[in-house]
Parts: sequence; C-alpha cells; structure tokens
Amino acid sequence: MQKKLILDSDLFDLTISRLCQQLIENHNDFSNTVILGMQPRGIFVAEIIHNELAKDTKREIPLGYLDATFHRDDFRRREVAARANETKVPFIIEGKKVVLVDDVLFTGRSIRAAMDAMITFGRPATVELLVLIDRKRTRELPIAADYVGKAVNTLASQRVLVELEAQGHKQNKIWLINKD
Amino acid sequence: MSKLSQKHLLGIKDITREDIELIFDTADNFKEVINRPIKKVPSLRDVTIANVFFENSTRTRLSFELAQKRLSADVINFSASNSSVKKGETLLDTVNNILAMKVDMIVMRHASPGAPHFLAKHISANIINAGDGTHEHPTQALLDAFSIREKFGSVSGKKIAIIGDILHSRVALSNIFALQKLGAKIMVCGPPTLLPKFISHLGVEVEFDVKKALQWCDVANVLRIQLERQQIKYFPSLREYSLYYGITKKLLDSLKKQIVIMHPGPINRGVELSSDAADSQHSIILDQVENGVAVRMAVLYLLAGTK
Repeated sequence: MQKKLILDSDLFDLTISRLCQQLIENHNDFSNTVILGMQPRGIFVAEIIHNELAKDTKREIPLGYLDATFHRDDFRRREVAARANETKVPFIIEGKKVVLVDDVLFTGRSIRAAMDAMITFGRPATVELLVLIDRKRTRELPIAADYVGKAVNTLASQRVLVELEAQGHKQNKIWLINKD
Repeated sequence: MSKLSQKHLLGIKDITREDIELIFDTADNFKEVINRPIKKVPSLRDVTIANVFFENSTRTRLSFELAQKRLSADVINFSASNSSVKKGETLLDTVNNILAMKVDMIVMRHASPGAPHFLAKHISANIINAGDGTHEHPTQALLDAFSIREKFGSVSGKKIAIIGDILHSRVALSNIFALQKLGAKIMVCGPPTLLPKFISHLGVEVEFDVKKALQWCDVANVLRIQLERQQIKYFPSLREYSLYYGITKKLLDSLKKQIVIMHPGPINRGVELSSDAADSQHSIILDQVENGVAVRMAVLYLLAGTK
C-alpha cells in the first residue's frame, strides 16, 4: 500500500481559513445561512468550518448533521444494507441558504442523496457544496462543488484518506492511497 | 456489519442479541425520520410487500402498512375473510399466487403456530411473522424492548413482569426471548390456569400474586385476556379476574415505587387494566405504538437490504 501526502497540517489550516474567507464573501453576515455536515465524516469538517467562522465573524451559525443513508441509490444493490448515522437538524431549512459540507467529493452520488434527504426538512433558498477534497474527473453525476479545499487528480482505484484531529488523529492530514 | 443473521424474521428465538441491537440502532434513525416534516424515505421504492392476514388485526397491520409506506414500498393487503381461502385454497397456493405477481416480501399473521416457518421452507421471499397463533409475535417484542430501552436507556438488568394470559399469548413468549437476550430479568404472573405448566423452564420467575409482582418489577407488561382463544373457562368470570389481577391506579399508588405500565393492545379497559391506570403517567402504551412503526421500518429495511 502506497501513501502520498496531499495536504499536511499547515496547508490544512491555510485551506480551512481560505474556505472560510470565501464563505464570508458570499454570505456577508450569515443571518440566513445554515451549515449541514454530511454523515459520517463530513460532520467533522463542518464543525471545523463552523468553529473557524464563529471566530472570524463572532456569529453562531446553525450547524446540523445530515445522514443520507435512506436516500442512497444503491439499496439492494450492495451485499448488505448501509448502516445509518444520526441526523440532527435542529433548525428550519425552509428559505435558508444551506451550505452542505463533506470531506471528499468522488462520484457525486452521496451528494445527490444528501440533497434528497435535505429537502425532507423543507425547501431551502439556495444550496451550496463545500468539500475539502475534490477528486477530479471521477464524477458519475453532474455535480460540482462551490467551495473546494483542494482539487486532486485521482484514479478510481485510489482512495483518499482524511485524518482529522477531531477523529483522534495527531494532526490534520490528508493522504492519497494506492490500493494494490 | 449491518446485516441480520437471518433472511426472515420468524421469531425472536431464531435471532441473536446482535441482530436485536442492530434493529434498535436502525430504529433510532427511523424514529427521527418519522418525526420530520416529510416522514418518508425512498429506500424500499422498488420493493413490493404483501401483508397477508389470516387473523384479525388493527394495530399491527396499520403499523406495518405505515412502516412500508414511509419506506416508499408498494403495498398490497390481503385478509383471509374476503378471499379465496374461504373457497378452500391452501396456504402455500395462496402465497405462491401472490408471489407470482412479483412480490418481494410477505408479512403474515396466521392462527396456526409455525405457519410462517412452514412458508419459509417453501418460498424464496423474505417473510416477517406478524403473529402465529399462540407462538411468537416478534415485532411486538422488539417494539416493547425498544420502548423499555428508550425509557431506561438500557434493557439489561431491568426487571420486567409479564402479567395476564400467558398461556394464549404470543406476545409473552416473544417478549421473554427478546428481553432475556438483552439481559433483563423476567417474571410471569397470572392465575395458575393461564400460566403454561413448564414456563419456569424458560428461566423466568413465576408469581401468582399481582401485587407482589408489581412490587418486584420496574416494568409491568400487561396482557389482554384473549377470550377468542379460550374454548374452556379458565377463570370463573371477567369480574373475578379483574378483582384479582386487574391493575388499577389505586394499586399502582399503593406501591412504594414508580413503575412503568405497558400493554400491547387492544386493552380490555376495566378487565386487565383500569382506565385510570392505562391513561396515567405510568403508562407508555402510546409510545409503544409510535415505536412500533420505527421498529418495523428497521426490520423491513434490514431484511430488504440484504441480498
């Protein structure tokens, strides 16, 4: 197994603060904005973004967790049913500007499922997508991210491994892994 | 892994503690789903389910149907009273005819114990037992245990008294299996004529005095007197039964502690449970009904999702 570092801890911090600055440009005072982290791993990125924005803007932006398991399109096409995680959306989505947050954008299928899951809570005014890593040219659906931490050329056979301090790792690091 | 050990849900006896915990964890997620503004997910949109009921039911059938519709499954309902069963068609023929219409799952209630097990040997569709005679009623036991877990945080170590007509109750047997697998202590209580002879072999305590049982337990699961299954008299009169075994608010207040009252429904008000007890803050009967939909969604989801 070969491992290649694509984002080290310094660059990670820099990327997060750039993403936050881009969000601030587009959302001004965040009065009508909510952040939705996607289960299971996007929630950690969403929390990092949320805390960073709280520091920068002195505002508490509503943060929720969204699980799209029951909206996936591969049910009965996998060996076993995918296991769900907690969904926690303690605010109204209707009319809000939603920022969906995930760690890695790959085929786009989980984002499609997430949008379906999100709409069961109401009709948002706009939906934007923020991802830490955008795997280029691997999309199976016409989905693109509005805010990208880093775009990476990858093969379908490779895997992106995101290690975050919030998940118990020593440092925030992102790797590209060759499966052999 | 998120996979049940069985292809069917025939009885609690056949499944493991891990299965039960997987169903509960999944049901937690579905409970959140059914409290959303839009209470529906598309998981089972390409699945067709037949609810085949050879015996009367309101709650279980409605609960299953709602669970199926919340999962976007296509549902057909069949009840024996207005079908060709009356013309003498066999169980296997009836079910095979339903399956020939491309049905993926069968939810069945039948008066004969073992009917779903028989079916499971002969057909390939997933089968969920919604009650087979006096044998098992697995989804009821799951929702009962789920409600206890929700109320106390865990089932393990809790003392649960099952009170009433144990002899004719499929709910009692499934409850005993489920709760024991989850580590609870069980006592059964009722008139000697309504307790099966060798029930203590299942590892449950037996008590004939309802007040002592209530004093012992954390949760009392009160069962209905099943007059429709009683061909002979097991006790002199309903009035006498309710005097000796009926649970009232007064009786609950006379205990030195607060216990939880459950009932699988339908309640014979004034017989096994008085109205003031059934509607008191002790009761989680309506929570059981809500949880029933979430638990059945979890069972359907997990069975349908396994190849």
